[in-house]
Amino acid sequence: MEAAAVPKPRQDPVRRVLAAVWGNILWVGLLAWIVVYFIHNPTATLTDLKDGLSNGTIWALIALGYTLVYGIIELINFAHGEVFMIGSFITVALWLALGVTADSGFLAIAGAILGALVVASLGSASLNVMIERVAYRPLRNAPKLAPLITAIGMSFILQNVGSLWYDLPTSAPNLIDSQKVTFTVFDVGIKNSDIFAVAVTVPLLVALLWFVGATRYGKAMRASAQDPDAARLMGINVDRTIALTFFLGGLLAGSAGLIYALYNGTVNFRQGFTAGLIAFTAAVMGGIGNLKGAVVGGLLIGVVQAISDRHYGQQWTPAVVFAILILVMVFRPQGLFGEETREG
Amino acid sequence: MSARLQAVPRWAWLLLAVAAAVAFPYVVPQIITSLLGGSSGDDLFQASVETLAYVIMALGLNIVVGFAGLLDLGYVAFFAFGAYAMGWLGSGWFAEVDFHLLVSKASETLPGIHVNFLLILIAAAAFTGFFGAVLGAPTLRLRGDYLAIVTLAFGEIVPRVLENWTAVSNGRQGITPVDRVYFPGYGELDYPIDLYGVYFVALAMVVITLFINVRLRDSRLGRAWVATREDEVAAAAMGVNLVRVKLWAYAIGAAFGGFSGAFLGTFRNVVNVDQFEFGFSVFILCMVIIGGMGNIWGVILGAIALSMLDRFLLPQLDSISDTLGLGFSFTSINFGIFGFFLLVMMVLRPEGFLPNRRRRLELHADELDAAAAADRIAQPAPGEELYEARR
Repeated sequence: MEAAAVPKPRQDPVRRVLAAVWGNILWVGLLAWIVVYFIHNPTATLTDLKDGLSNGTIWALIALGYTLVYGIIELINFAHGEVFMIGSFITVALWLALGVTADSGFLAIAGAILGALVVASLGSASLNVMIERVAYRPLRNAPKLAPLITAIGMSFILQNVGSLWYDLPTSAPNLIDSQKVTFTVFDVGIKNSDIFAVAVTVPLLVALLWFVGATRYGKAMRASAQDPDAARLMGINVDRTIALTFFLGGLLAGSAGLIYALYNGTVNFRQGFTAGLIAFTAAVMGGIGNLKGAVVGGLLIGVVQAISDRHYGQQWTPAVVFAILILVMVFRPQGLFGEETREG
Repeated sequence: MSARLQAVPRWAWLLLAVAAAVAFPYVVPQIITSLLGGSSGDDLFQASVETLAYVIMALGLNIVVGFAGLLDLGYVAFFAFGAYAMGWLGSGWFAEVDFHLLVSKASETLPGIHVNFLLILIAAAAFTGFFGAVLGAPTLRLRGDYLAIVTLAFGEIVPRVLENWTAVSNGRQGITPVDRVYFPGYGELDYPIDLYGVYFVALAMVVITLFINVRLRDSRLGRAWVATREDEVAAAAMGVNLVRVKLWAYAIGAAFGGFSGAFLGTFRNVVNVDQFEFGFSVFILCMVIIGGMGNIWGVILGAIALSMLDRFLLPQLDSISDTLGLGFSFTSINFGIFGFFLLVMMVLRPEGFLPNRRRRLELHADELDAAAAADRIAQPAPGEELYEARR
């Protein structure tokens, strides 16, 4: 803190504001973009905000998986989107096997959803741990691009596993009557699917933040992320901590898979690749390695998608998302909250 | 390799390889037909023409990934640019324009832009090379995995834009038919009925690509690429202009993608968006990695092996799958198979089957360091204490 002793030249406040705006030009631009549409058509934009936020919970859950893993071993787990896809598939397969439909009793439906949440989360989590064991751990000390390449390989393998499982888009039983409007606020109809997405996501996020922030395991994760060698010297089993991180990421991806199945109504084996890239964009927007950033990024990207869907047409939305990904990675690789990364 | 084999000069090997490639269409398809029956020989011939085109792309990607060490996951964009250059300049797509340049009598009467294939090839390479540099420019500040993801995003945006901007690309229907290869004074090649002519055109393109690649590798620029790959900071300190060197890598690598893409455009007789998926970038990357990043001969071998697998072997296996009733087709899981190859190669033999020696040392730097350290500990030099005793 010696720099503080040197008197700073007084800066013109106007110039300071301008510099701050320029430094955050991407965010200012994004915000302005949303505000313009809001003034143009408030109700439609409020609906987009609502859709975007509830859909964004799915991206947030997946983005957390990217950010957790990147935070600890600086690896883009490219196969993470496929883990999410497999979570969706487990959910749908389980419900189809159990034969639950929207007409089953309340208890049966609640049981089926809770059961699927547990099975899909654990299934995805185990899959993610296995991926780490097979594809990343042998390459822990290899050049950084090697695990990225195995991650791509893993992603293609899983995608084909998905295509052998359900080769066509498969509908999930509409257990929660997704499209039914429960109540209306400011002329915006809140649907069952919106409530469901938020109701599942919020407890998971709180639990995750508590786990990483307040438990011994979370402390071990943070320590390993900061300095793996020092963590090892302090008696932390770094390999096991990394596996735990993948497990947590998989849990969240599996739950996201379940929400996705109910929210969208169909699952297909291509959903993982797209969702993975969208969620990765979210993680980068929030500053990769930053948990809260991933959540905010996920919600933000959901809103961007909803607005883009309405005004430019759905077919342009992927291009909009990828353009944001490029802009953020090139001009602000540290994201919204992240610190300077070594990549920057 | 035994000493006797090494004594054979390199040009003799090269001559042998070219002779084999020239003889290939006259011998191998016939043998395959007599062995497997059906149309297998023709399928193989068809596949081998595509294989030659993929060899060019793999060599182009090898410049970016193998020589310069920039992991490019969006190579398919350059294939797309090349193929569309062919589609735009050699079809009836822009029907309102009438422009003909050195084309066959039949094409001369058709509406649209019709330019001779050889001129389109040059234009496509230049156009794609330019875009390679343009798309590469924003990634110059990035390293490693961030660079890879940004190139991937570019590789996704380009087909999405082409898909939706139907006024230019005709979307999913695509541009078809595309003009065939025409040599003034000789006539138009008659593929897909007669593949011999188009095979030799592709072979000539491979030889040109190969020549340029070898000369580039041994050039000042080639050495600058390797230096950049090994250590950017050190290379810059030695006076390598990183920006220029990287942009050249992108531009030249992309140019070969366009070169080959234009050829595939006319050979397949259709240019549509469905050909330009992310999987294709990984397909080409897989060739480079399996063969051996940075080793030209390895990359050629990898490209031949993988594209033959994809275009010939897997479709053949499908008939077996049908007779056995396995319930799935091998062609539909081709990318799973490539993914498996990528995974296994990266874990077991990251340097590829025919490794580039320097590249192997880089990939195994850790093990070599560890081995050297172990050596030092195990055998202290004479007169040297293992631990320093302090008084």
